Amino acid sequence: MKRSLKERLAILSDAAKYDASCASSGTVKRSSSGSGGLGSTEGSGICHAYAPDGRCISLLKILLTNFCIYDCAYCINRSSSNVERARFSPEEVIWLTLEFYRRNYIEGLFLSSGIIRSSDHTMEDMVRIARELRTIHNFRGYIHLKTIPEASAHLIEEAGLYADRLSINIELPTDAGITQLAPEKRPDNIRRSMGDLRLKIEDMADPTLQTKRRRKFAPAGQSTQMIVGADGANDATVLGTSARLYGSYGLKRVYYSAFSPIPDSSKNLPLIKPPLMREHRLYQADWLYRFYGFEIGEITSGGTDGMLDLDLDPKLAWALGHRERFPVDINKGEREALLRVPGLGTKSVKSILSARRFRKLRLEDLKRLSVSLKKVQPFITAEGWTPHKLVDRTDLRAMFQPKPEQLSLL
Amino acid sequence: MMFRYALRGRGDLAEWRDAARGFIAAGIVPDIIEWRTMDDADGLFGFDDNRLPEPSPHYRPASVPPAFIRLAEAVICHSDPTRFALLYRMLFRLLHDRNLLQIASDEDVVAAQRMAKTIGRDYHKMTAFVRFKELPLPEGVAGRRRFIAWFEPDHFIVKRVAPFFERRFNDMDWLIATPKGSASWDGTTLRSSDDPADKPDLRDETDDLWRIYYASIFNPARLKVKMMTKEMPKKYWKNLPEAELIPSLIANAEAQVLDMARRAASQPLPFHHRLQEAAAQVPEPDRAPAGTLAALKEEARSCTRCDIYCRATQTVFGDGPVDAKVMFIGEQPGDQEDLAGRPFVGPAGKLFNEVLAEVGIDRQSLYVTNAVKHFKYEPRGKRRIHQKPNMGEVRQCRWWLTQEIELVKPKLVVAMGATALFSLTDMRQRLEDVRSEPIAMEDGRVLFVTVHPSYLLRIPDEGRKAEELARFREDMNRIKRLAA
Repeated sequence: MKRSLKERLAILSDAAKYDASCASSGTVKRSSSGSGGLGSTEGSGICHAYAPDGRCISLLKILLTNFCIYDCAYCINRSSSNVERARFSPEEVIWLTLEFYRRNYIEGLFLSSGIIRSSDHTMEDMVRIARELRTIHNFRGYIHLKTIPEASAHLIEEAGLYADRLSINIELPTDAGITQLAPEKRPDNIRRSMGDLRLKIEDMADPTLQTKRRRKFAPAGQSTQMIVGADGANDATVLGTSARLYGSYGLKRVYYSAFSPIPDSSKNLPLIKPPLMREHRLYQADWLYRFYGFEIGEITSGGTDGMLDLDLDPKLAWALGHRERFPVDINKGEREALLRVPGLGTKSVKSILSARRFRKLRLEDLKRLSVSLKKVQPFITAEGWTPHKLVDRTDLRAMFQPKPEQLSLL
Repeated sequence: MMFRYALRGRGDLAEWRDAARGFIAAGIVPDIIEWRTMDDADGLFGFDDNRLPEPSPHYRPASVPPAFIRLAEAVICHSDPTRFALLYRMLFRLLHDRNLLQIASDEDVVAAQRMAKTIGRDYHKMTAFVRFKELPLPEGVAGRRRFIAWFEPDHFIVKRVAPFFERRFNDMDWLIATPKGSASWDGTTLRSSDDPADKPDLRDETDDLWRIYYASIFNPARLKVKMMTKEMPKKYWKNLPEAELIPSLIANAEAQVLDMARRAASQPLPFHHRLQEAAAQVPEPDRAPAGTLAALKEEARSCTRCDIYCRATQTVFGDGPVDAKVMFIGEQPGDQEDLAGRPFVGPAGKLFNEVLAEVGIDRQSLYVTNAVKHFKYEPRGKRRIHQKPNMGEVRQCRWWLTQEIELVKPKLVVAMGATALFSLTDMRQRLEDVRSEPIAMEDGRVLFVTVHPSYLLRIPDEGRKAEELARFREDMNRIKRLAA
């Protein structure tokens, strides 16, 4: 008996939830006013709901089908798993997207799929959904397609014309990890597909000779996801891979997904709680690399065995290990030095640089800029404030370390 | 003397602006104006008080930075009763201190920015949490679909947000009703009102599907309730169809995870075994006959002789006819070559092609390759910085270069740069000592040494660059004669 739409929606969204990405940002501005269509994108995305796992729900994130001929150990949809299987028709995906969008539940669609029959067959259906949403239904909301590394170039090209973002998951930080846990996937194929995408995005962004117009191709760029904690790779390896991916393929984001126990899990994997704090620290480190001028080596050198300190955020950990660089004078220090002060973000640094042109800044000024004084105090000098020997105190680390948790009675 | 002034205070900047202009024109200092909203003002003092003083004869109209107007447009939507006074005080101060807004830590600036931020957040949450419900058309009536939403914003933002909904929901009629006003769209006109609306009684079956999605996309193994309530505070829950599920999702999370653990690793279904068998029976793809250049290239694709391979995108093998008389050898592929999978297609390749064309050598007739087949680099933000391959890597990769030479059997081998020279001769010589002269090799071939084109691109001095380019061109002319 065929399952109802409701049953299949439950199966195919459950099957999609291990993909961390739900972003709907970074694309071009589009609107339906004037055209009479449906949908808009406004640069920054909107989170329409939050699930109790604290994750933003921005897109209708579903699989076209969770039948899959691959057997990747970490994946709920691998062929050896006994999860319930289902598939949507392209029409159903289109209907769900439009009806959800009209009720303002979502920003758009994030469509992924298990591999059935062949890569091209699956990719063709996905491209058809994107094409019909855009051309038949005049849909101007956000579309993210997970592309399949082995799919033909012409399908990827068509996908990029309709989708805002394309992504290919690198899955694991090392080639050895991929070979071990995703035996059917080829790391070199994944890299080559990412390279092809970058070339295509750059090529299309060049104005054409005749019309001087830039063509639109995946305007929100490409992203990828790496599973953390399923193989033995340490944080230095994970971040090194991210840095290479950012540099090589112009990725907009690398998502880190703490390996989460899945129903009917493979024997090869630990059934443990997902390492959420580790995931969080990796995101912080990723941010330091991309926006704060840190090298990966600087971020990871302080830890043991290439792992980040779980108790302290990576910037604070770095500062405690490099006390000779502090205190920084907030009235004179350069932007690069200010960015390295624990407790100062890119926004507060910008405000400081602007405000100090007009007056000498005191701690009270920082407080008004919503900077945590407790955190920055030991690392800065300001008008009327020097930390004296605070930065040299041997118990400085203890001041920041989270309080040990008391054991609770059973 | 005190001035008293009452405004409707429903997010309209114009009424405040008119009053403020009047006070400024009379030179009234902020301390002696008492601003009220009309709702609060009723009974306390009459509308008679709402009179502006006579403009001062010395008054010259003053302008304010556009950033202040933008800020004021947001601040005026706030429901804080002090907003009018705050804006007037800032306006007054701006007349003497044009840079006021740039002093990000100034008390008034901080207060106004904070209010604007609150409005931004309220705006954003409205775009996020409005839920439209369909109002079906009467049977037999065709026309645009109609949707209604009820929302409760904290501040007077309905008019400010309405254009967002027009941009987004253009092909349907909609009405958003709130206690602080309403907005509607019928395909031609966007209307808004600041009168409080009543909560409509609405039902929509599609909410059931949405709840199914919400419950299924939740991962019980990653419970983070605080994170959720920070971004989706409880005050919004009553108008969100999915929120009624939250308590049970949280309560059952742990049991669900335990259940997952219990059901770990069952036996795969027959479907899986059939797939595995089918995969095992797929014939190996046709391979090029052993001992040919094509077979060698195929083999090199999965080279792991050194560690560079897993950092690069792909092996960039040599390219050109198998019977080429001349073989050019560079150092290693660069950023563009790594992506395209072909040698000399980046900036150095373009220069190489230009010089070849100038001296009249057909690149199609050449076999072009590199001493090292993978790109070695250091990531630096969004770019990759070229790194020189070390001697060990060059030696490992010589395995491929030697076979390429044996198969192509070129008459003339051109080493461009020191790395190519080292790969061919195992000697670390100064390029200048061996450059531009044909050198007889043991196997009867002729070796010719010149610089790598990327070296030419790196010369900062234009004059020297032109000189070096001319030398490179001369070398190419010699190569052309040697190959003839």
